[in-house]
Amino acid sequence: MLAKRIIPCLDVKDGRVVKGRSFVNLRDAGDPVECGKQYSDAGADELVFLDITATLEARKTILELAARVAEEVFIPFTIGGGISTIEDARGLLSAGAEKISINTAAVRNKPLITEISEAFGNQAVVVAIDAKRTGESWEVYINAGTTPTGIDVIEWAKEVEQLGAGEIMLTSIDSDGHNAGYDIELNAAVNEAVSIPVIASGGAGGPEDMLRVFTEGKADAALAASIFHYGTYTIAEVKDYLRQHGVHVRD
Amino acid sequence: MIAIVDYGLGNLRSVQCALRRVGAERIGAESIITSDADEISGADGVILPGVGAFWRAMENLRELGLTKVVLESVRNGKPLLGICLGMQLLFSESDEHGRHDGLGIIPGKVKRFVESPSLKIPHMGWNEVRHQDLSPLLIAVKDEEFFYFAHSYYVVPDEPAAVIGSTDYGLTFASVVQSGNVFGVQFHPERSGLDGLTILENFCAICA
Repeated sequence: MLAKRIIPCLDVKDGRVVKGRSFVNLRDAGDPVECGKQYSDAGADELVFLDITATLEARKTILELAARVAEEVFIPFTIGGGISTIEDARGLLSAGAEKISINTAAVRNKPLITEISEAFGNQAVVVAIDAKRTGESWEVYINAGTTPTGIDVIEWAKEVEQLGAGEIMLTSIDSDGHNAGYDIELNAAVNEAVSIPVIASGGAGGPEDMLRVFTEGKADAALAASIFHYGTYTIAEVKDYLRQHGVHVRD
Repeated sequence: MIAIVDYGLGNLRSVQCALRRVGAERIGAESIITSDADEISGADGVILPGVGAFWRAMENLRELGLTKVVLESVRNGKPLLGICLGMQLLFSESDEHGRHDGLGIIPGKVKRFVESPSLKIPHMGWNEVRHQDLSPLLIAVKDEEFFYFAHSYYVVPDEPAAVIGSTDYGLTFASVVQSGNVFGVQFHPERSGLDGLTILENFCAICA
Protein backbone atom coordinates (compact mmCIF):
# COMPACT_ATOMS: atom_id res chain seq x y z
CA MET A 1 0.00 0.00 0.00
CA LEU A 2 1.29 3.43 -0.93
CA ALA A 3 2.60 5.32 2.10
CA LYS A 4 1.76 8.91 2.96
CA ARG A 5 4.92 10.98 2.61
CA ILE A 6 6.60 13.33 5.05
CA ILE A 7 8.67 15.93 3.26
CA PRO A 8 10.97 18.40 4.99
CA CYS A 9 11.31 21.59 2.99
CA LEU A 10 14.58 23.47 2.97
CA ASP A 11 14.39 27.10 1.88
CA VAL A 12 17.74 28.00 0.41
CA LYS A 13 19.16 31.49 0.13
CA ASP A 14 22.69 32.10 -1.16
CA GLY A 15 23.44 28.42 -0.67
CA ARG A 16 22.25 28.29 2.97
CA VAL A 17 19.04 26.93 4.48
CA VAL A 18 16.66 29.50 5.93
CA LYS A 19 13.03 29.58 7.07
CA GLY A 20 10.86 32.54 7.86
CA ARG A 21 7.35 33.33 9.07
CA SER A 22 5.08 33.99 6.11
CA PHE A 23 8.03 34.52 3.76
CA VAL A 24 9.82 37.21 5.84
CA ASN A 25 12.30 37.30 8.80
CA LEU A 26 14.66 34.65 7.56
CA ARG A 27 16.84 32.66 9.94
CA ASP A 28 19.92 30.69 9.02
CA ALA A 29 19.65 26.98 9.79
CA GLY A 30 22.60 25.32 8.06
CA ASP A 31 24.18 23.72 5.06
CA PRO A 32 21.65 22.29 2.58
CA VAL A 33 23.55 19.09 1.82
CA GLU A 34 24.21 18.28 5.47
CA CYS A 35 20.59 19.07 6.35
CA GLY A 36 19.35 16.91 3.49
CA LYS A 37 21.52 14.00 4.51
CA GLN A 38 20.40 14.24 8.11
CA TYR A 39 16.76 14.30 7.08
CA SER A 40 17.27 11.33 4.80
CA ASP A 41 18.93 9.35 7.60
CA ALA A 42 16.14 10.42 9.96
CA GLY A 43 13.47 8.87 7.72
CA ALA A 44 12.32 11.70 5.44
CA ASP A 45 10.53 10.29 2.40
CA GLU A 46 11.58 13.06 0.08
CA LEU A 47 13.17 16.50 0.22
CA VAL A 48 12.25 19.84 -1.29
CA PHE A 49 14.82 22.59 -1.77
CA LEU A 50 13.26 25.95 -2.54
CA ASP A 51 15.71 28.50 -3.83
CA ILE A 52 14.37 31.80 -2.58
CA THR A 53 17.22 33.87 -3.97
CA ALA A 54 16.36 32.87 -7.51
CA THR A 55 18.33 35.69 -9.07
CA LEU A 56 20.29 35.03 -12.22
CA GLU A 57 23.63 34.73 -10.46
CA ALA A 58 22.10 32.27 -7.99
CA ARG A 59 21.16 29.81 -10.74
CA LYS A 60 24.64 28.38 -10.76
CA THR A 61 24.60 27.96 -6.98
CA ILE A 62 21.40 25.92 -7.12
CA LEU A 63 22.79 23.72 -9.90
CA GLU A 64 25.85 22.99 -7.77
CA LEU A 65 23.57 22.30 -4.82
CA ALA A 66 21.54 19.78 -6.86
CA ALA A 67 24.74 18.06 -7.99
CA ARG A 68 26.15 17.88 -4.46
CA VAL A 69 22.88 16.63 -2.97
CA ALA A 70 22.66 13.89 -5.63
CA GLU A 71 26.05 12.58 -4.50
CA GLU A 72 25.04 12.34 -0.84
CA VAL A 73 21.31 11.77 -0.69
CA PHE A 74 19.57 8.67 -2.08
CA ILE A 75 15.94 9.65 -1.68
CA PRO A 76 14.02 11.80 -4.19
CA PHE A 77 14.48 15.53 -4.03
CA THR A 78 12.73 18.41 -5.74
CA ILE A 79 14.26 21.76 -6.60
CA GLY A 80 12.12 24.84 -6.98
CA GLY A 81 12.51 28.58 -7.18
CA GLY A 82 13.15 30.73 -10.22
CA ILE A 83 12.84 27.96 -12.81
CA SER A 84 11.46 29.64 -15.91
CA THR A 85 12.76 27.74 -18.92
CA ILE A 86 13.05 24.15 -20.07
CA GLU A 87 16.82 24.61 -19.95
CA ASP A 88 16.65 25.48 -16.23
CA ALA A 89 14.69 22.26 -15.71
CA ARG A 90 17.02 20.19 -17.85
CA GLY A 91 20.07 21.41 -15.92
CA LEU A 92 18.61 20.56 -12.51
CA LEU A 93 17.21 17.18 -13.58
CA SER A 94 20.49 16.17 -15.22
CA ALA A 95 22.36 17.25 -12.11
CA GLY A 96 20.35 14.65 -10.22
CA ALA A 97 17.13 16.29 -9.02
CA GLU A 98 14.17 13.89 -9.26
CA LYS A 99 11.65 16.68 -9.86
CA ILE A 100 11.52 20.40 -10.39
CA SER A 101 8.76 22.66 -9.14
CA ILE A 102 7.49 25.69 -11.00
CA ASN A 103 5.18 28.36 -9.67
CA THR A 104 5.23 31.88 -11.15
CA ALA A 105 6.58 30.63 -14.49
CA ALA A 106 3.74 28.10 -14.74
CA VAL A 107 1.16 30.89 -14.46
CA ARG A 108 2.96 33.27 -16.82
CA ASN A 109 3.91 30.62 -19.37
CA LYS A 110 1.51 27.68 -19.28
CA PRO A 111 3.11 25.81 -22.20
CA LEU A 112 6.22 25.43 -20.04
CA ILE A 113 4.40 22.82 -17.93
CA THR A 114 3.63 20.75 -21.03
CA GLU A 115 7.08 21.26 -22.49
CA ILE A 116 8.89 19.99 -19.39
CA SER A 117 6.39 17.18 -18.90
CA GLU A 118 6.78 15.93 -22.46
CA ALA A 119 10.56 16.12 -22.29
CA PHE A 120 11.13 14.51 -18.88
CA GLY A 121 7.85 12.82 -17.95
CA ASN A 122 5.07 14.25 -15.80
CA GLN A 123 6.54 12.65 -12.65
CA ALA A 124 9.31 15.26 -12.90
CA VAL A 125 6.96 18.25 -12.94
CA VAL A 126 5.59 19.66 -9.70
CA VAL A 127 3.45 22.76 -10.02
CA ALA A 128 3.59 24.79 -6.82
CA ILE A 129 0.44 26.75 -6.10
CA ASP A 130 0.42 29.51 -3.48
CA ALA A 131 -3.18 29.91 -2.37
CA LYS A 132 -4.76 32.74 -0.42
CA ARG A 133 -8.27 32.53 0.94
CA THR A 134 -10.71 35.11 -0.45
CA GLY A 135 -14.11 34.52 1.15
CA GLU A 136 -15.39 31.11 0.10
CA SER A 137 -12.63 30.36 -2.39
CA TRP A 138 -8.89 30.66 -2.85
CA GLU A 139 -6.86 32.83 -5.19
CA VAL A 140 -3.54 31.94 -6.83
CA TYR A 141 -0.66 34.23 -5.85
CA ILE A 142 2.69 34.42 -7.62
CA ASN A 143 6.09 36.02 -7.07
CA ALA A 144 6.69 34.30 -3.73
CA GLY A 145 3.16 34.99 -2.57
CA THR A 146 3.24 38.75 -3.20
CA THR A 147 1.17 39.14 -6.38
CA PRO A 148 -2.51 38.19 -6.73
CA THR A 149 -3.49 36.77 -10.13
CA GLY A 150 -7.27 36.66 -10.00
CA ILE A 151 -7.05 32.94 -10.83
CA ASP A 152 -9.14 30.48 -8.81
CA VAL A 153 -7.00 27.81 -7.14
CA ILE A 154 -9.32 24.89 -7.91
CA GLU A 155 -9.59 25.84 -11.58
CA TRP A 156 -5.83 26.28 -11.79
CA ALA A 157 -5.18 22.92 -10.14
CA LYS A 158 -7.39 21.18 -12.72
CA GLU A 159 -5.70 23.08 -15.53
CA VAL A 160 -2.14 22.21 -14.49
CA GLU A 161 -3.13 18.55 -14.33
CA GLN A 162 -4.40 18.80 -17.93
CA LEU A 163 -1.22 20.62 -18.96
CA GLY A 164 0.97 17.79 -17.71
CA ALA A 165 1.85 18.41 -14.07
CA GLY A 166 2.58 15.17 -12.21
CA GLU A 167 2.06 16.61 -8.77
CA ILE A 168 0.83 19.75 -7.01
CA MET A 169 2.57 21.40 -4.08
CA LEU A 170 -0.21 23.35 -2.43
CA THR A 171 0.83 26.10 -0.04
CA SER A 172 -1.63 28.09 2.01
CA ILE A 173 -0.24 31.61 2.29
CA ASP A 174 -2.61 32.27 5.21
CA SER A 175 -1.28 29.32 7.21
CA ASP A 176 2.36 29.37 6.16
CA GLY A 177 4.81 30.03 8.97
CA HIS A 178 2.23 30.05 11.76
CA ASN A 179 2.53 26.41 12.92
CA ALA A 180 -1.22 26.39 13.52
CA GLY A 181 -2.19 23.66 11.06
CA TYR A 182 -2.65 23.22 7.32
CA ASP A 183 -5.66 24.72 5.54
CA ILE A 184 -7.71 21.51 5.58
CA GLU A 185 -10.58 22.81 3.44
CA LEU A 186 -8.18 23.99 0.77
CA ASN A 187 -6.48 20.61 0.64
CA ALA A 188 -9.76 18.70 0.60
CA ALA A 189 -11.09 20.88 -2.21
CA VAL A 190 -8.01 20.49 -4.41
CA ASN A 191 -7.71 16.75 -3.74
CA GLU A 192 -11.33 16.38 -4.74
CA ALA A 193 -10.70 18.25 -7.99
CA VAL A 194 -7.59 16.52 -9.33
CA SER A 195 -6.31 12.96 -9.69
CA ILE A 196 -2.58 13.72 -9.40
CA PRO A 197 -0.87 13.62 -5.99
CA VAL A 198 -1.02 16.73 -3.82
CA ILE A 199 1.59 17.80 -1.27
CA ALA A 200 0.08 19.88 1.54
CA SER A 201 2.23 22.80 2.61
CA GLY A 202 2.07 25.71 5.00
CA GLY A 203 1.18 25.61 8.67
CA ALA A 204 2.51 22.36 10.11
CA GLY A 205 2.81 22.76 13.86
CA GLY A 206 2.89 19.10 14.87
CA PRO A 207 1.95 15.51 14.05
CA GLU A 208 -1.75 16.11 14.69
CA ASP A 209 -1.79 18.69 11.87
CA MET A 210 -0.35 16.10 9.52
CA LEU A 211 -2.88 13.52 10.64
CA ARG A 212 -5.71 15.96 9.85
CA VAL A 213 -4.37 16.92 6.44
CA PHE A 214 -4.00 13.23 5.50
CA THR A 215 -7.40 12.13 6.80
CA GLU A 216 -9.67 15.17 6.35
CA GLY A 217 -7.58 16.99 3.75
CA LYS A 218 -6.94 13.80 1.71
CA ALA A 219 -3.38 14.95 0.98
CA ASP A 220 -0.82 12.46 -0.35
CA ALA A 221 2.17 14.09 1.27
CA ALA A 222 2.78 16.67 3.99
CA LEU A 223 5.54 19.23 3.79
CA ALA A 224 7.00 20.97 6.82
CA ALA A 225 9.98 23.15 7.51
CA SER A 226 10.36 24.87 10.86
CA ILE A 227 9.08 22.05 13.11
CA PHE A 228 11.88 19.88 11.74
CA HIS A 229 14.56 22.57 11.41
CA TYR A 230 14.18 23.76 14.95
CA GLY A 231 13.81 20.26 16.33
CA THR A 232 10.27 20.70 17.67
CA TYR A 233 9.56 17.20 16.35
CA THR A 234 11.68 14.54 14.69
CA ILE A 235 10.44 12.77 11.60
CA ALA A 236 10.32 9.54 13.61
CA GLU A 237 8.03 11.15 16.21
CA VAL A 238 5.71 12.39 13.49
CA LYS A 239 5.61 8.98 11.82
CA ASP A 240 5.06 7.12 15.10
CA TYR A 241 2.09 9.34 15.85
CA LEU A 242 0.65 8.85 12.36
CA ARG A 243 1.14 5.09 12.53
CA GLN A 244 -0.62 4.94 15.91
CA HIS A 245 -3.53 6.75 14.29
CA GLY A 246 -3.80 4.34 11.38
CA VAL A 247 -1.93 6.27 8.69
CA HIS A 248 0.29 4.10 6.49
CA VAL A 249 3.83 5.52 6.58
CA ARG A 250 7.25 4.18 5.66
CA ASP A 251 9.39 2.78 8.49
CA MET B 1 32.42 -1.94 -15.52
CA ILE B 2 28.70 -1.22 -15.73
CA ALA B 3 27.37 0.68 -18.74
CA ILE B 4 24.51 3.07 -17.96
CA VAL B 5 22.82 3.49 -21.33
CA ASP B 6 22.32 7.13 -22.28
CA TYR B 7 19.52 7.48 -24.82
CA GLY B 8 18.55 11.01 -23.92
CA LEU B 9 15.84 10.22 -21.37
CA GLY B 10 16.25 9.70 -17.70
CA ASN B 11 18.16 10.77 -14.70
CA LEU B 12 21.45 9.05 -15.40
CA ARG B 13 23.55 10.94 -12.90
CA SER B 14 21.52 9.83 -9.91
CA VAL B 15 22.01 6.21 -11.00
CA GLN B 16 25.73 6.79 -11.34
CA CYS B 17 25.97 8.55 -7.95
CA ALA B 18 24.23 5.58 -6.33
CA LEU B 19 26.59 3.13 -8.04
CA ARG B 20 29.52 5.22 -6.90
CA ARG B 21 28.27 4.95 -3.32
CA VAL B 22 27.94 1.17 -3.73
CA GLY B 23 31.42 1.16 -5.30
CA ALA B 24 32.93 2.62 -2.16
CA GLU B 25 32.38 -0.84 -0.67
CA ARG B 26 32.56 -3.10 -3.69
CA ILE B 27 34.95 -3.53 -6.59
CA GLY B 28 33.16 -3.91 -9.92
CA ALA B 29 30.66 -1.12 -9.42
CA GLU B 30 32.55 1.33 -11.64
CA SER B 31 30.21 2.75 -14.24
CA ILE B 32 30.12 4.82 -17.38
CA ILE B 33 27.25 6.79 -18.83
CA THR B 34 27.38 5.99 -22.52
CA SER B 35 25.57 5.83 -25.83
CA ASP B 36 28.50 4.10 -27.52
CA ALA B 37 27.73 0.57 -28.77
CA ASP B 38 31.32 -0.63 -28.25
CA GLU B 39 31.40 0.58 -24.66
CA ILE B 40 28.10 -1.13 -24.00
CA SER B 41 29.21 -4.41 -25.56
CA GLY B 42 32.48 -4.24 -23.62
CA ALA B 43 30.81 -3.74 -20.24
CA ASP B 44 30.22 -6.47 -17.63
CA GLY B 45 26.64 -5.37 -17.14
CA VAL B 46 24.14 -2.93 -18.59
CA ILE B 47 21.70 -0.62 -16.86
CA LEU B 48 18.80 0.75 -18.88
CA PRO B 49 17.38 3.66 -16.90
CA GLY B 50 14.69 5.99 -18.13
CA VAL B 51 11.78 8.24 -17.41
CA GLY B 52 9.33 9.81 -19.83
CA ALA B 53 7.45 8.41 -22.78
CA PHE B 54 7.79 4.82 -24.02
CA TRP B 55 7.59 5.61 -27.74
CA ARG B 56 10.21 8.33 -27.51
CA ALA B 57 12.56 6.05 -25.59
CA MET B 58 12.25 3.35 -28.27
CA GLU B 59 12.68 5.93 -31.02
CA ASN B 60 15.83 7.31 -29.35
CA LEU B 61 17.28 3.83 -28.84
CA ARG B 62 16.70 3.04 -32.52
CA GLU B 63 18.09 6.37 -33.74
CA LEU B 64 21.22 5.88 -31.66
CA GLY B 65 21.55 2.36 -33.04
CA LEU B 66 21.44 0.89 -29.54
CA THR B 67 18.62 -1.66 -29.74
CA LYS B 68 20.95 -4.11 -31.51
CA VAL B 69 23.75 -3.94 -28.95
CA VAL B 70 21.30 -4.25 -26.04
CA LEU B 71 19.65 -7.32 -27.59
CA GLU B 72 23.04 -8.81 -28.41
CA SER B 73 24.26 -8.30 -24.84
CA VAL B 74 21.19 -10.11 -23.57
CA ARG B 75 21.72 -12.96 -26.04
CA ASN B 76 25.27 -13.32 -24.78
CA GLY B 77 24.00 -13.67 -21.23
CA LYS B 78 25.24 -10.31 -20.03
CA PRO B 79 23.30 -9.05 -16.99
CA LEU B 80 20.88 -6.23 -17.75
CA LEU B 81 18.88 -4.14 -15.30
CA GLY B 82 15.99 -2.01 -16.51
CA ILE B 83 14.83 0.73 -14.16
CA CYS B 84 11.31 2.25 -14.33
CA LEU B 85 10.71 3.06 -18.03
CA GLY B 86 13.88 1.05 -18.73
CA MET B 87 12.09 -1.98 -17.28
CA GLN B 88 8.99 -1.36 -19.40
CA LEU B 89 11.12 -1.18 -22.56
CA LEU B 90 12.15 -4.82 -22.00
CA PHE B 91 8.60 -5.94 -22.80
CA SER B 92 6.89 -6.68 -26.11
CA GLU B 93 4.60 -3.68 -26.34
CA SER B 94 3.08 -0.69 -24.59
CA ASP B 95 -0.27 1.11 -24.69
CA GLU B 96 1.31 4.48 -23.93
CA HIS B 97 0.20 7.06 -26.55
CA GLY B 98 -0.99 4.36 -28.95
CA ARG B 99 0.47 0.90 -29.40
CA HIS B 100 4.27 0.76 -29.60
CA ASP B 101 6.72 -2.13 -29.83
CA GLY B 102 9.28 -2.56 -27.08
CA LEU B 103 12.54 -4.51 -27.08
CA GLY B 104 10.63 -7.77 -26.73
CA ILE B 105 13.13 -9.37 -24.36
CA ILE B 106 10.43 -10.40 -21.89
CA PRO B 107 7.04 -11.34 -23.40
CA GLY B 108 4.29 -9.15 -22.03
CA LYS B 109 2.54 -5.81 -22.16
CA VAL B 110 2.77 -2.38 -20.56
CA LYS B 111 -0.58 -0.95 -19.42
CA ARG B 112 -1.84 2.23 -17.77
CA PHE B 113 -3.31 2.28 -14.28
CA VAL B 114 -7.03 2.94 -14.39
CA GLU B 115 -7.93 6.19 -12.66
CA SER B 116 -10.50 6.23 -9.89
CA PRO B 117 -11.34 8.69 -7.13
CA SER B 118 -9.23 6.67 -4.72
CA LEU B 119 -6.35 6.02 -7.10
CA LYS B 120 -4.14 8.92 -8.08
CA ILE B 121 -1.96 8.74 -11.15
CA PRO B 122 1.07 8.82 -11.28
CA HIS B 123 1.62 6.16 -8.62
CA MET B 124 4.12 8.31 -6.78
CA GLY B 125 5.87 7.65 -3.51
CA TRP B 126 7.03 4.75 -1.33
CA ASN B 127 5.29 1.42 -1.63
CA GLU B 128 6.05 -2.12 -0.49
CA VAL B 129 7.54 -4.88 -2.62
CA ARG B 130 6.49 -8.42 -1.70
CA HIS B 131 8.88 -11.16 -2.68
CA GLN B 132 9.91 -14.68 -1.76
CA ASP B 133 13.69 -14.52 -2.11
CA LEU B 134 13.51 -15.99 -5.58
CA SER B 135 16.15 -13.81 -7.15
CA PRO B 136 19.80 -12.86 -6.57
CA LEU B 137 18.69 -9.26 -7.20
CA LEU B 138 16.75 -9.29 -3.92
CA ILE B 139 19.36 -10.82 -1.61
CA ALA B 140 19.32 -9.11 1.80
CA VAL B 141 16.15 -7.20 0.90
CA LYS B 142 13.39 -7.82 3.43
CA ASP B 143 9.95 -8.87 2.27
CA GLU B 144 7.58 -5.86 2.14
CA GLU B 145 10.36 -3.30 2.19
CA PHE B 146 9.49 0.17 0.81
CA PHE B 147 10.82 1.51 -2.49
CA TYR B 148 10.24 4.77 -4.34
CA PHE B 149 7.91 4.61 -7.35
CA ALA B 150 6.95 7.27 -9.90
CA HIS B 151 5.02 5.87 -12.85
CA SER B 152 1.62 5.74 -14.57
CA TYR B 153 2.12 2.45 -16.46
CA TYR B 154 2.91 -1.05 -15.21
CA VAL B 155 4.08 -4.29 -16.80
CA VAL B 156 2.08 -7.48 -17.28
CA PRO B 157 4.44 -10.35 -18.13
CA ASP B 158 2.90 -13.22 -20.13
CA GLU B 159 4.76 -15.73 -17.93
CA PRO B 160 3.85 -15.44 -14.23
CA ALA B 161 7.27 -16.96 -13.46
CA ALA B 162 8.92 -13.72 -14.63
CA VAL B 163 7.38 -11.89 -11.66
CA ILE B 164 9.70 -11.98 -8.67
CA GLY B 165 8.36 -9.00 -6.75
CA SER B 166 4.89 -7.49 -6.60
CA THR B 167 3.27 -4.32 -5.31
CA ASP B 168 -0.32 -3.24 -4.66
CA TYR B 169 -1.74 -0.09 -6.17
CA GLY B 170 -5.41 -0.49 -7.03
CA LEU B 171 -4.35 -3.91 -8.32
CA THR B 172 -1.33 -6.12 -7.79
CA PHE B 173 1.37 -5.44 -10.38
CA ALA B 174 4.83 -6.80 -11.13
CA SER B 175 7.35 -4.45 -9.52
CA VAL B 176 10.38 -6.72 -9.99
CA VAL B 177 10.84 -9.07 -12.95
CA GLN B 178 13.54 -11.48 -14.03
CA SER B 179 14.11 -13.62 -17.08
CA GLY B 180 17.50 -15.31 -16.96
CA ASN B 181 20.09 -12.57 -16.58
CA VAL B 182 17.64 -9.82 -17.44
CA PHE B 183 16.16 -7.93 -14.49
CA GLY B 184 13.68 -5.09 -14.21
CA VAL B 185 12.53 -2.93 -11.32
CA GLN B 186 9.57 -0.57 -11.64
CA PHE B 187 10.76 1.56 -8.69
CA HIS B 188 13.90 3.67 -8.55
CA PRO B 189 16.61 1.85 -6.57
CA GLU B 190 18.83 4.93 -6.90
CA ARG B 191 16.17 6.91 -5.02
CA SER B 192 15.13 4.27 -2.50
CA GLY B 193 17.61 4.80 0.31
CA LEU B 194 19.74 1.96 1.67
CA ASP B 195 17.50 -0.83 0.37
CA GLY B 196 17.74 0.63 -3.12
CA LEU B 197 21.53 0.67 -2.83
CA THR B 198 21.39 -3.00 -1.77
CA ILE B 199 19.61 -3.85 -5.01
CA LEU B 200 22.24 -2.03 -7.05
CA GLU B 201 24.95 -3.79 -5.08
CA ASN B 202 23.29 -7.14 -5.81
CA PHE B 203 23.22 -6.28 -9.50
CA CYS B 204 26.94 -5.45 -9.41
CA ALA B 205 27.58 -8.82 -7.76
CA ILE B 206 25.61 -10.54 -10.53
CA CYS B 207 27.76 -8.71 -13.12
CA ALA B 208 31.06 -9.58 -11.44
